[in-house]
Amino acid sequence: MGRLGMGSQEVASLMASPARRRQADPLPYNAGDRQSRPLPRQLPLAGVRVLALTVVWAGPHATQLLADWGAEVIRVESVQVMQPNTRGRMVKVPKNMPPAGWGTAYPGMEPGERHWNRFALFQSHARNKLSMTVDLRNEEGRDIFHRLLMVSDVFVENNVPETLEKLHMTYEELVKIKPDLVMLRMPAYGLDGPYKNYRSFGSHLEGTAGHSSIRGYADMDPSVLDDSLMGDAAGGVNGALAVMLALRHRRRTGKGQLIELSQAENFLPYLGEAVMDYTMNSRVQGPLGNRHPYFAPQGAYRCRGEDRWVAISVGNELQWKGLCRALEEPAWCHDPRFATGLGRWKHHDELSRHLDRWTSQRTNDEVMHLLQRYGVPAGALLDDRDLYRDPHMQAQRYFQELVHEDAGTHSYPGLLWKADKTPNEILLPPCRLGEHNPYVYEEILGVSEQEYRRLERAGHIGMDYAPHLP
Amino acid sequence: MVPQALDQVTVLDLIQYIAGPYCTKLLADYGAHVIKVERPGSGDPARHMGPFFRNEPHPDKSGLFLHLNANKHSATLDLKGAAGRRAFLQLVEEADILVESFAPRVMPSLGLDYQVLQKVKPALVMTSISNFGQTGPYRDFNSSEIVTYALGGPMYATGIASREPVKPGGSVLQYHAGATAASATMIALWAAEQSGLGDHVDISLMRVQASNQDRRSTMLIAYQYTGLISTRSEAGGQRLGAGVRPCADGYVALGGDGPRFERAARMIGRPDLLEDHRFKDSMARAQPGRSEEFDEYLLPWLLERTKLQVFQEAQAHHVPAGPINTTADLLTDPNIRGRRFWTTVKHPATGAVIHTGRPFIMAETPWRISTPAPRPPASASTTGRC
Repeated sequence: MGRLGMGSQEVASLMASPARRRQADPLPYNAGDRQSRPLPRQLPLAGVRVLALTVVWAGPHATQLLADWGAEVIRVESVQVMQPNTRGRMVKVPKNMPPAGWGTAYPGMEPGERHWNRFALFQSHARNKLSMTVDLRNEEGRDIFHRLLMVSDVFVENNVPETLEKLHMTYEELVKIKPDLVMLRMPAYGLDGPYKNYRSFGSHLEGTAGHSSIRGYADMDPSVLDDSLMGDAAGGVNGALAVMLALRHRRRTGKGQLIELSQAENFLPYLGEAVMDYTMNSRVQGPLGNRHPYFAPQGAYRCRGEDRWVAISVGNELQWKGLCRALEEPAWCHDPRFATGLGRWKHHDELSRHLDRWTSQRTNDEVMHLLQRYGVPAGALLDDRDLYRDPHMQAQRYFQELVHEDAGTHSYPGLLWKADKTPNEILLPPCRLGEHNPYVYEEILGVSEQEYRRLERAGHIGMDYAPHLP
Repeated sequence: MVPQALDQVTVLDLIQYIAGPYCTKLLADYGAHVIKVERPGSGDPARHMGPFFRNEPHPDKSGLFLHLNANKHSATLDLKGAAGRRAFLQLVEEADILVESFAPRVMPSLGLDYQVLQKVKPALVMTSISNFGQTGPYRDFNSSEIVTYALGGPMYATGIASREPVKPGGSVLQYHAGATAASATMIALWAAEQSGLGDHVDISLMRVQASNQDRRSTMLIAYQYTGLISTRSEAGGQRLGAGVRPCADGYVALGGDGPRFERAARMIGRPDLLEDHRFKDSMARAQPGRSEEFDEYLLPWLLERTKLQVFQEAQAHHVPAGPINTTADLLTDPNIRGRRFWTTVKHPATGAVIHTGRPFIMAETPWRISTPAPRPPASASTTGRC
């Protein structure tokens, strides 16, 4: 992106004239190999600019959904502070750390140069976004942020509430600068209340929000509960919904607003049946493992091969009959104890032993296809490699190869949903720290080349974390 | 009354069970006028799923149905008959959004695919929610919560190594697909209201899981980067200073791992362990067996405290944590209560019952439950109340 070298008068006029703000070039739309289709429509959110001061997953996921569909999402980052568990766990990653799984994965298992641009946990949401850096801890940085806010539509953040108070970036302060601001705040628990500044990641939040009390093995101590991070995903999609509701309201009335999404409260409606069972019947539900309150048989059954599994779920009489036909009517299918849904549910353990014996002689793919032919819900447990090779996902052209300057070329999970009339794909690889500083500072804010250099020296603009950071 | 975000938006709802109804519940609770088209006779199958009020199975007393369908208006239409079809197309003309969750072959077989409906209403946003999407070899497969998690989600890597993989609790994947559909629908509506041209949104539960920010998308990228497949460990979620641990009155999830270990050591009053050769730096702490070694100091500390005490003390040391709350705990949690989250809904069949409240608070355009879930369809009439 070229440098425009605007002077300060031009900056002032840019700020004063809302009509000019859309002059920034829209992101390039690559129509790819779709010559046979009509020209793609403009993406729905083209022209919407979103600033994101977001960490870990929930906030970034909300803005990912907006970026995927055409919003210009600018991550507001800093080379002076490494956000927790976002672009990595620390700047100085020790050499020869034993690999610890997906949470610390880098290409080739080597953190390498500028490892903060190569961290899998970050790459999962950072496509289609831009990254700028500014040090918000001082007046000058906040002034830069304010200037950017004036030419933006939405500000999304999911920090501990006191962080934004310390930075003087609450809605009450920012609305003075941008009167029609739409601001989404996504604290773990709330902007008020006794847990206001409590820190939580997804797996803690799901404890507080009740999910962890109804998941996991029914016959084991909860200490073995695996991490579940559904709350991050839930916060993300509901956050995107909230922004869209507010943007639409602003388009109709000219009024912006503050949205407060407590990640714990946002998750509670997902537990509707368990909550209603308690409020209607005073029954406290516990974990059911893989079982269902009514369906039987249901579970993960072992298949041929090492650690291979298939999920089977029989929800009604028709599916039970289908299962029996698929298995060629073994004698146990006609055991009178299994004749009714209630009977199957009561004698679930025995039913599962019969099924296990049958599935363990077959591959999970074979079981899935055979049972589905008879209308029985069944699905192979696809590990990471399996999903990349899955014919259904391939037919939907789900995965997409992206070239990333610091991470290399890899195939990435694609968009969450499709729209028939608006062909779409990932247009930009995960943003590198400060990668879009020239665009943001020079083209949006009109900063001169000389000023740009000064802001680099002052610690605002950069692509590397400050050397003093741990 | 204070205006809501979706006042004047009309949604036609051809959906059942959970994912679709949660999508239109979100829209209805923020103000949309939702007309739920139920099949004649038994209506939405969720009416016949529990938990039931006082454990009495009844189409008016399903907690699942009541939870998902407040604020909606019910109409009964037989889409297979000429009169029902005519009435439906009239409703489409008035609608901004149509959400349907039939098997993908159903709407085309009724002659109601998007091409037909868009002729009736060019700006219509139609959102189809299905298990596997509108295309692809699994399109007509049957599914359920566990099957969706097996194929799309990280089920293979959830649980402990010596046991079968395990699904999440309840029906959370279906709720999540519904919320994803609501956000997608609003993005399409934003464009349709500007251009006058609607779109057909294709939500696949499997795809939502494959993209999920619950770990799956990161695991897939991690596999691409390292060639390592995420799997189950024997320790479940237990790591040094992190995972679920017992305390005096239940269990608590802790996050004292990684760069937060030093805070965890201070939290339990053992800063001296940071000098210990086993825990002195991140290399030492990454060695096998360290989690169990640290538990010798951590567990006695935890067992002297209730889960709320642990929660508070952990937070004072900036250690992320959360109590493992049951549904009973949720109703008494001081934070959730104090923030007036819970809402009471009066329904003719149940009287007043506490429901979950707003997922998010919009300062200008509030969330609200104005009417309880609609009564069951009376009979197979062609049009109903709307």
